[in-house]
Amino acid sequence: MAMAYRAGVPLKDMEFVQYHPTGLPGTGILITEGSRGEGGILVNKDGYRYLQDYDLGPPDPWPRKKAMELGPRDRLSQAFWHEAQKGRTIDTPHGDVVHLDLRHLGEKKIDERLPMVRDLAISYVGVDPVHDPIPVRPVVHYTMGGIDCDIDAKTSLEGLYAAGECACVSINGANRLGSNSLTELLVFGARAGRGAAELASSTESHADEAAIREQAETAQKRVGGLVQRAGGSESVAGLRREMNTTMETGAGIYRTEDSLGQSCVTMSDLRQRYANVELEDKSNVYNTDLIQALELGAMIDVAEAIAVSAINRKESRGSHQRLDFVERDDKTYLKHSLAHYDANNEPRIEYRDVVITRSQPGERVYGGEQK
Amino acid sequence: MSERQVELEILRYNPETDDEPSFQTFQVPCPEDWVVLDAINYVKDNLDRSLSYRWSCHMAVCGSCGMMINGEPTLSCKSFLRDLPDKIRIEPLANFPIERDLVVVMDDFMNKLGSVKPYLIPSEQKAVENGSYLQSPAQLKKFKQYTLCINCTLCYAACPQYAHNEGFVGPAALALAHRYNLDSRDVGRSARQDVVASNEGIWECSFVGACSDVCPEHVDPAGAIQQTKIASTLDYFLDLLPGRNQ
Amino acid sequence: MSRKPYIRSVSTTSWWTVQPRYIRYMAREVSCVLIGAYSAVVVIGLLRLAEGAAAWNAFLECLQKPTSIAFHLLALAFALYHTTTWFNVTPKAMPIQLGETQLPGGIIIGAHYAGWVVVSVVILFLVGV
Repeated sequence: MAMAYRAGVPLKDMEFVQYHPTGLPGTGILITEGSRGEGGILVNKDGYRYLQDYDLGPPDPWPRKKAMELGPRDRLSQAFWHEAQKGRTIDTPHGDVVHLDLRHLGEKKIDERLPMVRDLAISYVGVDPVHDPIPVRPVVHYTMGGIDCDIDAKTSLEGLYAAGECACVSINGANRLGSNSLTELLVFGARAGRGAAELASSTESHADEAAIREQAETAQKRVGGLVQRAGGSESVAGLRREMNTTMETGAGIYRTEDSLGQSCVTMSDLRQRYANVELEDKSNVYNTDLIQALELGAMIDVAEAIAVSAINRKESRGSHQRLDFVERDDKTYLKHSLAHYDANNEPRIEYRDVVITRSQPGERVYGGEQK
Repeated sequence: MSERQVELEILRYNPETDDEPSFQTFQVPCPEDWVVLDAINYVKDNLDRSLSYRWSCHMAVCGSCGMMINGEPTLSCKSFLRDLPDKIRIEPLANFPIERDLVVVMDDFMNKLGSVKPYLIPSEQKAVENGSYLQSPAQLKKFKQYTLCINCTLCYAACPQYAHNEGFVGPAALALAHRYNLDSRDVGRSARQDVVASNEGIWECSFVGACSDVCPEHVDPAGAIQQTKIASTLDYFLDLLPGRNQ
Repeated sequence: MSRKPYIRSVSTTSWWTVQPRYIRYMAREVSCVLIGAYSAVVVIGLLRLAEGAAAWNAFLECLQKPTSIAFHLLALAFALYHTTTWFNVTPKAMPIQLGETQLPGGIIIGAHYAGWVVVSVVILFLVGV
């Protein structure tokens, strides 16, 4: 994302980051939505199926196909946050959790349909889902936003195509549904490939070798400079930790002007401090200190785009939820945000109307109560 | 969470400065639920930024983090400190050339994987508009186990034949060929034979079975190879009958 | 870029000593030497039988020497080890699928042991036991 961003392609809808409701505490390892699809339930510390308090439908009849636990991921993660505020989550050394209960499925069904879930739970949290509920909490899982591209995977930079999680067509809007990431890869990967092949075979090569060589040398100098830089005061791991903390605290499941403001300031600060990173590893063979440093630089730019896009969207929509602007505001914000890279400042945010062809935006109502 | 002082003895190698690899020791304070990968990440973040190694998913599905842990080929993200002593010896995966520290050169494996034609060879190519290739659950069950390989190459590190015969096609590649040979939609077995049933294919295997022992996904490449031996032998004798279709 | 991949050497003579699973493998393989030697003894016995009663009795006396008994016990142990390890892996070499389920490995292994018992009984019957 950072490569396209720095080359002038805007990052679209970056404020929409999906928290998957069921990750293992500590490692963040994902427990698939399939466990809820097979009938798993979520309960708080009182053993209560708390989702019924959050407009996700009645607990009964149960089991049924559209049970509460199969509600959209953003709503489930938000419900967790509220439960935590109310003190109804369970404390563990790795943060608070709720319980994903699969016991009623029975050993046979679990081994047949969810063998990996059983193995992960036993190995990484020491819990056998056949006998005990699994401790879970929301974990950052997917970025709905990404490199702005169209339905043919083309970006505003001719010859640059983007597909998959790094791209934003957008087909996922403000909250992605389960399994669509894989299908998105296949469909838009194919379109991107075909488009690129067509362009390559139909265009005469205008390659200006001298200009390209110069660009390459500039890039080499930049990376070489990073490797050779001496006397730096910042560490890759330290900056990374600070970035993680400020983004989780300020731009998490629920956001406020203050929390986002703090994140924007911190990210801008980290961007400047990044210039003082010194590598310990100066070698040329499989230098992972360099790789991590380059990735960190990219993450910092992208994280800043997320924080700034979020503070500018003064409403709640899908996975972007604000405690200070709780309603969805279609009048002002039925638009995609576009973050434009600025080498010296915060990104410039612009908006583009959402293209509506068939389905008008409606109210998000779950639990079988249709309007 | 209680912590434990763990000593990691890691085999280091920098091709630009070293003629040969040597061990370096690190003391790491480890929470009890850590895996070896967590300890290695701690070393890189806090003690020595120059340590190089591969990893990605941290949940034993990507196959990147294979290494020798106390002499056993293991995924470092699934190697729990609670099952290990206080001194842990970590080396790059056996039977592969060392690129740098814990990173090995995988080219030979990648070539062998490709050499067994690991893709569906149907009897006729069907256009998407003409529908999908149908397959029953029973037909899927026949080869499903062999689809689970995550290409971690622990099996190559465990295999003494691969250790001594670098031409050996190897467990994972042969298990992958078996996956396609068993697939009801595929008719490519004869197309794969010259690599699979060669002297450097299944016939190099003497059924040590170490590969299946260390496989984190229970693919059982040893079983796949023996089954292929039986099928190939039957083929060989049946081909002697006049009029048999190749 | 100055790559210089390092190739570690593996001993061709002592590679099998580093792990218990390799030692067990070599024991299984070495059993063929003892089984081969035992087969040679049986062949020699046949030859002695053909040479007449004196040769045959001398052969039988040889068999009862302590070294011979030790050898036979060792050969039997290795043969049993080879047989049991081999039987135990047969389900992996010839899996049998009925519908969507695999036939439990125990049945395949059990069938091998049963076959062994049957053949043994038949042979014992033939030699008049």
